Order: sequence, then structure tokens, then C-alpha cells
Amino acid sequence: MSYVKRYKPHEFNILNGKRPLLGQIDIELTERCNNNCIHCCVNQPEDDADLIRREMSTDFIKGILNEAAALGCLSVRLTGGEPLLREDFVTLYLFARRLGMKVILFTNARLVTQEIAELLARIPPGHLVEVSVYGMSPDSYDRVAGSSGAFVGFRRGVDFLLQYKVPFIIKGPKIPFQQEEQDELEAWAVSIPSMGKIRSSSMNFDLRHRRDDFAKSLRIAKLRATPEESVAFLARDPSFFKGMAEFCSKFIGPPGDKLFVCGAGHGTCIDAYGKAQLCLPLRDSESVVDLRRVSLKSALQEFFPVMRELRATNPDYLRRCARCFLRGLCDQCPAKSWAEYGTLDTPVEYFCDVAHAKARYLGLLGEKEYGWEVKEWRERVAQLVAAQVAAV
Amino acid sequence: MELTLDFICAPSEDVVARVIEDELIIVPLAAGIGDMDSELYSLNETGKAIWLHLDGKKSLRSIAEEMAEEFDSALSLIETDVLGLVGELEKRKMVVIK
Repeated sequence: MSYVKRYKPHEFNILNGKRPLLGQIDIELTERCNNNCIHCCVNQPEDDADLIRREMSTDFIKGILNEAAALGCLSVRLTGGEPLLREDFVTLYLFARRLGMKVILFTNARLVTQEIAELLARIPPGHLVEVSVYGMSPDSYDRVAGSSGAFVGFRRGVDFLLQYKVPFIIKGPKIPFQQEEQDELEAWAVSIPSMGKIRSSSMNFDLRHRRDDFAKSLRIAKLRATPEESVAFLARDPSFFKGMAEFCSKFIGPPGDKLFVCGAGHGTCIDAYGKAQLCLPLRDSESVVDLRRVSLKSALQEFFPVMRELRATNPDYLRRCARCFLRGLCDQCPAKSWAEYGTLDTPVEYFCDVAHAKARYLGLLGEKEYGWEVKEWRERVAQLVAAQVAAV
Repeated sequence: MELTLDFICAPSEDVVARVIEDELIIVPLAAGIGDMDSELYSLNETGKAIWLHLDGKKSLRSIAEEMAEEFDSALSLIETDVLGLVGELEKRKMVVIK
């Protein structure tokens, strides 16, 4: 007889057959970053005194973590901006770990010192550290990061992680002028002990989440992979077709007029200033709750459920997105709609084009067809699955 | 060293224990605790009851006697449970022997 049961990481959210009110919380410790990446939808200047003054205090964040723990939370994602810019990072990290939470750390690794690496080795976060990589050479990295000397700092930080055997993975954007480095990046990823192949590369970038800088959003839009490039890149992976067939058999179909058909609002992301968001990218002021006035529990139990019932009213959305069976292939969501157009229910043309390109590649659509026109989509998905089975 | 009822044990400072949805969850905090750093552990009802008695002051025998009285159970059965649980936890470095 065993008295002790082990839980695998994917089982953390269901304990004793029940789901805690809050399984995971994201906390954006700061929007400031020591990089100024050309594709970034969040970053603010590293030394912005006004932002520093507005950011959550150490005690406030501890209070949120305490409240999250009381709601059953066992996992916190610390992100930014660059979370290691906060002088109280170590304090907050240890506080979360001592609450029994695993910590998912998103960082560019430039501020990973010997002391930080030693801490992460001695008291492991319980999850792979996720390191963003912006190039394989000083020239390309610094060009993307918009910061001279950034590559040297990044390599130094990564070397400390390797030296102290802190498990980490790398991820990064696919920037057009870095094409020639892709193979080198993938080869490096395979050599990292805790890694293997790169699971995904962002290339369909979000515009600025706060709609705060039109020029930056314009620049980001120019860096996006075209729909054809997106498909070509994904199709490089031999498992793409099989994976998509499986995915489509489960997650495809018209969403109807309900706006939130994702997991938004089941968990939450706390922004750097103490606002609880339904998800990490959705910053619309009408969609957030100020935790200085409302408890986390109230946000989760009272405000978010109301938000999740919101219905689209935009006629274009109702004609297209609500009836489109490509939902699972499309990045359309209220957060992306808001970042692009300032409303929650405007079809984002770019994501629509990317989704249709994927669908045509998979044989779900003909050249002149649109996802909202197809009535017999179940048959098409079944054909895709059958084609995959036959190929195997 | 064979575990006996004369030992005094306490939860290790390298783990965190929390009760969530009535389940006692043990989270490894420091490296080398448990089997893998990314896993959580829970105790069954018997294990949970025993864990809550591990205070680093009472011997395992005293704990078994207290629990036998508390649950109106045979002392020998409780002693077996106490040694069984503490043995499992000790192997995983989740308890320390004082």
C-alpha cells in the first residue's frame, strides 16, 4: 500500500476530482524591458520613472499571491516586460515557491546572474525557464532587440543557466531578415539538455496590446509572416499535417456569436499595475478589474463570468467569424481584435488570411472558398483525418 | 538506519504542504526532493491524518497512540500506517528525523 500519490504536471489543475477556482495565475511584473524588440507588443523603456512608480509594490504582489494560493493556485507565470528588471524579483520568486507554487519564468536571460542561476538550481522553479532568443549572432540579435550589447548579455545569462544545470527552453520570433539563422537556432536548441526541437516560433505577431504606439504597431505589421510564408514554415515540420488533422478533429467548428470561446477568464493575468485581465493580451479598460478595489476572488467569480457571456454585435463578425468553421486554425479573439481595431468583435483580416491559407494547405477549403460558406465542414474534417490515416 | 516508532520526525523545510480541495498536497521546494522536481505529491486520507501530527516533538509511537484513540482503531494497525507513511516520505526526503 502506498500513502503517497504523485501528480504529473498536467494533472495539477484537478485535485481530488475537483478543479480549484484558480489553477494558474499570470503576473506581469513590469512592462519595462532592457530590450526594445522591434516586434514586441508590450515593452516599455527600462528606466521609465513614471511606470516604475505606478507598478505594483512588493507587498501588493505578495497579497495577490497569497490570495491566489487561497483559491487553490499551484502555478504562477512571472512575465513582463523583463521580470528580472524588478529589484524584488528574488523576494517574489521565493515567496511564490514557499506558497508551494511552481514558477514559470519568461525572461530574455540578460539579467540572469550567477546568483540567480544558483538560486534557480537550489530552489528549482518546478517548470522549465522559458528564454526568448532574438538571434544567433551579435548583429542579428542586437538588431531585433534594439539594444547594443544585448546578445553578449543574453549569452552570459544562458551560460550561467547551463553552468548551474537549470532546465530551460528557448523560443523566439521568426523575423524575416533572420531566415539564414533558422537552421543554426534549431541546431542549438537540440543541443540544450532540457530542450529538443523548438516547439513553436512566433511569426504572426500581435500589434501593441495597449494600442499605445501606432508607429510601432505599423512596424510590427510589416514584420509579420505572410499567410503563405506561415504555411510554408509550419509545413517544414513533418508532423505538422498529422498534428493538424488531430487538432482539427477536436477543435474546429463555428464558434457562434459568443466572443470568449477560449480559456480567458478561467484564470487571470495581473498586469504590472494591479489590473486583473481575462488573459495576458486583453488590455481593454472595459475588460479589466482593478485589484486595488476588488478581490481576486470577486474578479474570478463575479466579473469574468459576465464578460465571458459577451456576444458579438458587429455584423461583419456575425456574417464571417461567428459562422466560420476555421475557429481552431484562426488566432481571431477579442484581445487581438482590440489590439488591431479597438473593438472586441472586428474580424482581424491578417489572422483570417493566415487561417484560410492553412485550411487550403490542409485541403479543408478550395481556392475561392471561405470558412463561413462551408456547411459540410464536418465531412471535410473527416476527409482530412482519413487522409492522414491513409498516409500513415 | 531502520525506522522505528521511537523516532521523532518533522516535515522537511524543503517541502511546502498545502490543503487544496480537502487534499493535502506536498510541493518539493529545494532540488533533490521527491522523484522529479516538477511533480506534486498528495497523501491519502490516512497519510494526511498522520502528516498533520508530525510536529518534530512527539515520537512516532506517541502519534500512533494518539491516533488510535482519536479514530478508535487498533494501535498495531495505526503503527503500521505511521511507519509506512514516514518510511515513504523519508525516502523522498520530505520528512526529517530529529
